[in-house]
Amino acid sequence: MIVAKRKPIEEIKKMLKGYKKVLNVGCGTCVAVCLAGGEKEVEVLNAQLDMARRLEEDPIEMGAFTCERQCDREYLGTLDEKVKQYEAILSMACGAGVQFIAERYPDKPVFPAVDTTFIGVNQGVGWYEERCRSCSSCVLGLTGGICPVTMCAKGLFNGPCGGTNKGMCEVSKDQPCAWHMIYERLKQQGRLDCIKELQPMTEWQNQVPRTVIQPGYRKPEKETEQQKA
Amino acid sequence: MAERGEPKSGSRLEKILRAGHFAFTGELGPPRGANAEAVKKKAAHLKGNVDSVNITDNQTAVVRMASWAACIFLLQEGLEPNFQMVCRDRNRLAMQSDILGAYAHGIRNILCLSGDHPKFGDQPNAKGVFDIDSMQLINLVKFMRDEKKFPSGTELDEPPRMFIGAASNPFAEPYEWRVQRLAKKIQAGADFVQTQCIYNMDRFREFMKKAVDMGLHEKCYILAGVTPMKSVGMAQYMAKSVPGMDVPESVINRLRGAGKGKASEEGIKFAIEQIQEFKEMEGVAGVHLMAIEWEHMVPEIAERAGVLPRPELS
Repeated sequence: MIVAKRKPIEEIKKMLKGYKKVLNVGCGTCVAVCLAGGEKEVEVLNAQLDMARRLEEDPIEMGAFTCERQCDREYLGTLDEKVKQYEAILSMACGAGVQFIAERYPDKPVFPAVDTTFIGVNQGVGWYEERCRSCSSCVLGLTGGICPVTMCAKGLFNGPCGGTNKGMCEVSKDQPCAWHMIYERLKQQGRLDCIKELQPMTEWQNQVPRTVIQPGYRKPEKETEQQKA
Repeated sequence: MAERGEPKSGSRLEKILRAGHFAFTGELGPPRGANAEAVKKKAAHLKGNVDSVNITDNQTAVVRMASWAACIFLLQEGLEPNFQMVCRDRNRLAMQSDILGAYAHGIRNILCLSGDHPKFGDQPNAKGVFDIDSMQLINLVKFMRDEKKFPSGTELDEPPRMFIGAASNPFAEPYEWRVQRLAKKIQAGADFVQTQCIYNMDRFREFMKKAVDMGLHEKCYILAGVTPMKSVGMAQYMAKSVPGMDVPESVINRLRGAGKGKASEEGIKFAIEQIQEFKEMEGVAGVHLMAIEWEHMVPEIAERAGVLPRPELS
């Protein structure tokens, strides 16, 4: 899932300075699961903002709405009527959700309430760890299911570097060396040949905004034209 | 030594190694400023005492004068530089243009490194580039030199005929993989390797035995890394705080045992003993002396280690 961290209240307050009526939109998918921007977090943030602005004698009216997925047009549509009643929108979704809202309501200022942090896993309640950089060129089949792009601080494709430190990465005693783990796992599986050959320079696919159209589908032309208009 | 084919570069270091001489290379860290005199002053200590001088590239992720620029000063002073290039600060495009520019200026050796993570430096949140890694950089230089092409396939009008170097650390885990990694660097195109500073001689002997068993010393010149310890404090720091460094307790105790004010002499003695052993060790083609901020001691160490005079080449 996509993991996010809520921004500090001071930063959010600064963005909302001057606005009196703002709709806070939560997202019910990834950011709700990672406890950053779901229905509950919308309520908490609104209460904080309400209190802070009252203390400053500059009250703000915060609306609340959490849709299933801000990155999905079908769910976003449920916001159309509500948005009209507000000067600005605060989105607690990931960066994709924020942008999709901004695109749908181009006349409304839209502000992010979270910092989108990574694609990761749930290690325990409230504890998440990064696992994927969505590089578009997955090599996990060669590296024992451990991503060198994400888990190696230098993103080496032919590691390990000379900085391994008792199995840990040179950048932190708490971060295991990805290539040490890759070596151990492949050794255990009898697959060290996977990393004996030189892995050539990566043809990076993530240098421009990417689009995926699955086989058998196509971009509906009419809708695209309507969007442009 | 097996047949190594035609010379690959115009490097003096390559000529020395091909002629079967025991190579002796040095190192110079460029200044933290635009100070040409600082480079020339350090170079003067090395001139005539080493075959080639590694010029570090923003080592420990701290900004210094560009490696290629300091290399040019060395050429002007009559020394042969070894241009260190790390993958941290440049993407593949900048690397290719720097390689071409360096070669055009007369630089004939390049040492391909990943580079320390930006976190170690004084601007720790700089974005590390790592577009390619050291293994791929070795391969890139080889491709440009031997295929006379850019990676795109476009012809180069004059290829950079570099003598290609790599680093090898026998002392970082997983130990048993380190010799395989050296083999991989040779496969990628390394002509010579310089090892991490050696203090644990037992582990190095074991590493060299494996390398020789695999015949790696016949495909690539292996230079053993030596850094003389200046003090007990330096030894303790390296043991504790430098990742991938293996300083046995016995080495620290030896320096400590030398007594007050005598640790640096003991450090030099240890380095000289190491060099003498490397001269005899199967598969070791030379020594890379990294006298960190101690360049002025190089003439004495070289003299006492019996590596002077350096061979003259016709």
